[in-house]
Amino acid sequence: MLDTRYRVEIPGGIQLEAQVVGPIPRAFAFAIDLIIRGVIIIVLWIASIPLGLSGMGGGVFLIFLFVIEWLYPVLFEVFARGQTPGKKMFGISVINDDLSPVTLGTSLVRNLLRTVDFLPLFYLVGLVAMLSNRRFQRLGDMAAGTLVISVREVPKPAAMEDVVPLAPSTPLSRADQTSIINFLQRSSQLSQPRQQELAAILEGTTHEKDDNGVEYLHRIGAWFLGVR
Amino acid sequence: MKQHEFETQHQALWQRIEAALEKPSQGDNGKFLAEQYLHLCQQLAIAKERMYDGALLERLNKLALELYRELYRYRSETRLNFYAFCKRDFPLAIYRHRFYILIAFLVMVLPGLVAGAWTYLDEDAIYSVIDGSQVRQMERMYDPQADKLGRERESETDILMFGFYIKNNISVAFRCFAGGLLLGIGTLLVLFFNGMFMGSIAGHLTRLDYVDTFYPFVAGHGSFELTAIVFSGAAGLRLGYAILNPGQSSRLDSLRQAGRDVVPMLYGIVLMLIVAAFLEAFWSSDAALPISVKYAVAAVLWGLVLLYSFSGRRYESR
Repeated sequence: MLDTRYRVEIPGGIQLEAQVVGPIPRAFAFAIDLIIRGVIIIVLWIASIPLGLSGMGGGVFLIFLFVIEWLYPVLFEVFARGQTPGKKMFGISVINDDLSPVTLGTSLVRNLLRTVDFLPLFYLVGLVAMLSNRRFQRLGDMAAGTLVISVREVPKPAAMEDVVPLAPSTPLSRADQTSIINFLQRSSQLSQPRQQELAAILEGTTHEKDDNGVEYLHRIGAWFLGVR
Repeated sequence: MKQHEFETQHQALWQRIEAALEKPSQGDNGKFLAEQYLHLCQQLAIAKERMYDGALLERLNKLALELYRELYRYRSETRLNFYAFCKRDFPLAIYRHRFYILIAFLVMVLPGLVAGAWTYLDEDAIYSVIDGSQVRQMERMYDPQADKLGRERESETDILMFGFYIKNNISVAFRCFAGGLLLGIGTLLVLFFNGMFMGSIAGHLTRLDYVDTFYPFVAGHGSFELTAIVFSGAAGLRLGYAILNPGQSSRLDSLRQAGRDVVPMLYGIVLMLIVAAFLEAFWSSDAALPISVKYAVAAVLWGLVLLYSFSGRRYESR
């Protein structure tokens, strides 16, 4: 089964969950970073012309070229919470596989080994590696013990101010209660017709139609949540 | 307790944690976050146990994950102690990689010696290894008539060459290391061809009797440069061998362990190659210095590098 959840027990005695991220957003993030790197290189090249490209300027430029070519991702991952600008744009972040922040060592290993993941062309090795394990790790990630996870904002649950709680006429199992609560909490992410469709599944039990069915389920959900 | 009550009770605290995570280093925020870490973990555990709604669990999980990441940003191992690294960590890593270093050394030096002997004895042999224009460039570089040694120095200055050596040599070392992930084969190829390239040039230039320009030039910085390339090969071979022979652990775990073990080698390689680039650009290229001085300094540098490389054994725990 496709499940992108990754669980680790942390000191603190609980399991934390993270969503690992697949090749598509990572490729987009890489493309953005590539553009940024290109712009930086052009700007530096122009800036080093007055210093003399065949002398001081050229030397400094070559050192920066080296840093940008090899260490651009390392510097951002270590000093900007695991995020290069491209990764930040797509809401993804590099993290150690125990969910602690990346360190200089792990970041260096995963980014130096990028060379091999890039082989033979356009990250083919990295792509095959990513698709062959549940954590979407490319070879560099495997050697470094790192993951790329999603750090996007969690959608806010629906506001319930105008929902008047209603006790259900019969007792419901815990699982049924959870489903109805989820239906209420996620109502802000579902369109009204879709909600009506879902509520219609229970029409035989609730004997309420369309908007009334939706409202009825919302009210019961609020009751289960403990709103009085 | 119903979920609604639970949320109402803790809402203010979660909002304060969220706000503190925005600016963790401001004022008492760090202290506050550290105090709240276990409370938050407990609240998440309770919420899970009571099977509260997924959205709440997701929110608490994200909050706990961010707080956890913030707390563990400050581990002692993330702070590099330069002195302790140079004195203990790097030599110890060298000691622990000694067998890989030996193999990397042999794979680079043996083809070099063979190629060197061949190009020394056979005038045309060099053209089987390196193409003609490159050979002529090398010959011009070490022509005893030139006043600056090393690469062509018509208008370039030493700083340009410093940048060039940094970019070029460290990139070679990094690629040599990364090739280890291909079961060590990439590393072996880089070492083999670099050894053969250098050996055949040395043999060819010796045959041309450019001895007094070539050897004093390479002897000094070679101590740091060649050693660092061998070290990067050793780090690469460590990765390759970890995949080939994982021992008691899984291949993935074995590779991951190797990935942690080679980190001090990588730091050390970069430092050594910066020193090498400095020497190559500012010291080796100076043709005005007498050859005897250059050889003497080279001997001292080689002595120091070797002495240092063999100093790690005493730090190994037994």
